[in-house]
Amino acid sequence: MNKSAVKVPLVRIVKRDTIAVWRSWLVRLIGLVLALAVSAIVIYAIVHINPLKVYSAMFEGNFGTEKRFWVTLRDMMMLLCIGVGLAPAFKMRFWNIGAEGQILVGGIATAGVMIYLGKSLPTWELLLISLVASCAAGALWGFIPALFKARYGTNETLFTLMMNYVAIQLTSYFVAVWENPFGSNTVGIINQQTKAGWFPAVFGQQYMMTLIIVMVLTALMFIYLRYSKQGYEIAVVGESERTARYVGINVKSVVIRTMMISGAICGLSGYIAVAGASHTISTSTAGGNGFTAIIVAWLAKFNTFMMIFVAALLVFLEKGAIQIASQYNLNDFASKMITGIILFFILGSEFFTNYRLVFRNRKEAR
Amino acid sequence: MAQILSLLQAAIVFGTVILFGSVGEILTEKSGNLNLGVPGIMYLGGIAGLAGSFMYETAAEVPVPWVGMVIALACALAASLLAGLIYSFLTITLRANQNVTGLTLTIFGGGVANFFGGALNNMAGGVGQISVAATSSAYRATLPFLSSIDVFSALGFMVYLAIILAFLVSWFLNKSRKGLNLRAVGENPATADAAGINVTKYKYFATCIGAAITGLGGLYYVMDYIKGTWAIDGGIEKLGWLAVALVIFARWKPKHAIWGSYLFGVLFWLFFYIPGLTRSSQELFKMLPYLVTIVVLIIVSMRRKRENRPPESLGLPYFREDR
Repeated sequence: MNKSAVKVPLVRIVKRDTIAVWRSWLVRLIGLVLALAVSAIVIYAIVHINPLKVYSAMFEGNFGTEKRFWVTLRDMMMLLCIGVGLAPAFKMRFWNIGAEGQILVGGIATAGVMIYLGKSLPTWELLLISLVASCAAGALWGFIPALFKARYGTNETLFTLMMNYVAIQLTSYFVAVWENPFGSNTVGIINQQTKAGWFPAVFGQQYMMTLIIVMVLTALMFIYLRYSKQGYEIAVVGESERTARYVGINVKSVVIRTMMISGAICGLSGYIAVAGASHTISTSTAGGNGFTAIIVAWLAKFNTFMMIFVAALLVFLEKGAIQIASQYNLNDFASKMITGIILFFILGSEFFTNYRLVFRNRKEAR
Repeated sequence: MAQILSLLQAAIVFGTVILFGSVGEILTEKSGNLNLGVPGIMYLGGIAGLAGSFMYETAAEVPVPWVGMVIALACALAASLLAGLIYSFLTITLRANQNVTGLTLTIFGGGVANFFGGALNNMAGGVGQISVAATSSAYRATLPFLSSIDVFSALGFMVYLAIILAFLVSWFLNKSRKGLNLRAVGENPATADAAGINVTKYKYFATCIGAAITGLGGLYYVMDYIKGTWAIDGGIEKLGWLAVALVIFARWKPKHAIWGSYLFGVLFWLFFYIPGLTRSSQELFKMLPYLVTIVVLIIVSMRRKRENRPPESLGLPYFREDR
């Protein structure tokens, strides 16, 4: 055998069997550091300021005052809540891209309860009714695509995507109906005087209730996915639908049930956004969080506790970039740009946790 | 009659934006890549074209329309090609998840475009001040031999370019050997690989060229639809998702995308021409394109006809040693 006749590629890719946990986190950390370095170069190229100063400004923007700290926490909880909602659907390999719409219909339901029942019921009853209403609305928005997926195999990625826009138009419709004051094209702050249906302050903190709800939900979802029978069914359907059918799992009902849970939690995020934060409804109530949360859920590998860190990172970046933007007279969209760069790197770094490179004429690289 | 005519014109202008987007996306999806970065790519194409022509128009004393046009076209193509390259590198070489990568590209593209769009507005002297009148006029100039016919009297050359591209891509996919190979890659990459087709190369080329075509939609939006200005209102993003919807509506056939895009345009603008609608019911009318897409999606999945179905391996990564 003539050795030179066999063409060996310079680099070839081999799938890893396993990877040590510390090593996989090291890879992600390297990805993050590279991303921050590239973002720093981009920032420097645009504004010519020392990037370290920029990062300290970002820190300031997040935690500079107690109020900022709580707002950062609130936004983080919002993102986390949606991510928690998406986790069961994604674990089932059901691409729920429709969180944005599910949030909005949940928000509409909440706003509707606040507007129509706000004068006649006490706050706790209001909170309970709007909680149920928002979950029901979100569940319905998840149920529709799931039903067709289960019955006819209709592509859920594209179906849920379209449902977002139906929800956006529905929101525009209700904004026009509930317009206040007339001609403003907004709903305005609902029940500004009475604060009926608003989240009450707990331990003196306006956003404490949001924090409690979302943290409880995160823990419950973790238990549900890992230790319950239904959670196990979700995992089996996600890994292989045929296996699931073989062992006697009713795939259709699992798909529909899981998507309703997913939609309900996303609807609940709409409830938190309206009753707990903005006290109004508009087409920007979801504000792209439904899409960002997909990335949160994916990067955390559907582990809801891991999502806390990912959500924290993304919100930190966004708040930080907004701070830089206002300090150096740029616009807010810088944050989306930097978020994009960092996500590209983190997505790329996943490769090195799943595969390794083998170079020609060299002992196998790690 | 005049109303119908003006609806038709509005529909064609609207349709052209999403026609570019979906012809590019069809080419991409035929390789098995589901690129959800369409809105981001359109953003990047639009802002690059605008920035290029803005630089030219501020530098030149008397800007020549057609020079600005060529510069804008080149910038838009380069930027969207680059976006396609980022997506390809991450999903094909690094095997990142396609949905997540695409969504990230949309976030990134929207961020870059609106960031620089805002900056250009500031450079031009304030919100909504940027305008590349000369270049835009080149894009909006009607074809001389058609301008006397009513329907064509307000359509720039890119309307026709979109139709030509749709036919070209259709021919390529159905009649050429390379197109056949590409479809094989999208249906079953492992089989294509065994038949000696370079799967990676085909995926890269289809995705990057598809992205370049998609980016033209953004350019057309900026130059013609909003007449050479920049608005931070998420308009491109909305149309970008409609372009993705149109791919399904057209059942992955570029020729169907042509009439589909104009139909979407009619549905989108219909509320404007129906008398007696209140502002709230107008909003409900604007749901139509999305509802129609959902109905088509359901019908296609119910009928299970093979030629209507998406490429078999759509959305799945390919790793030769995985089997």
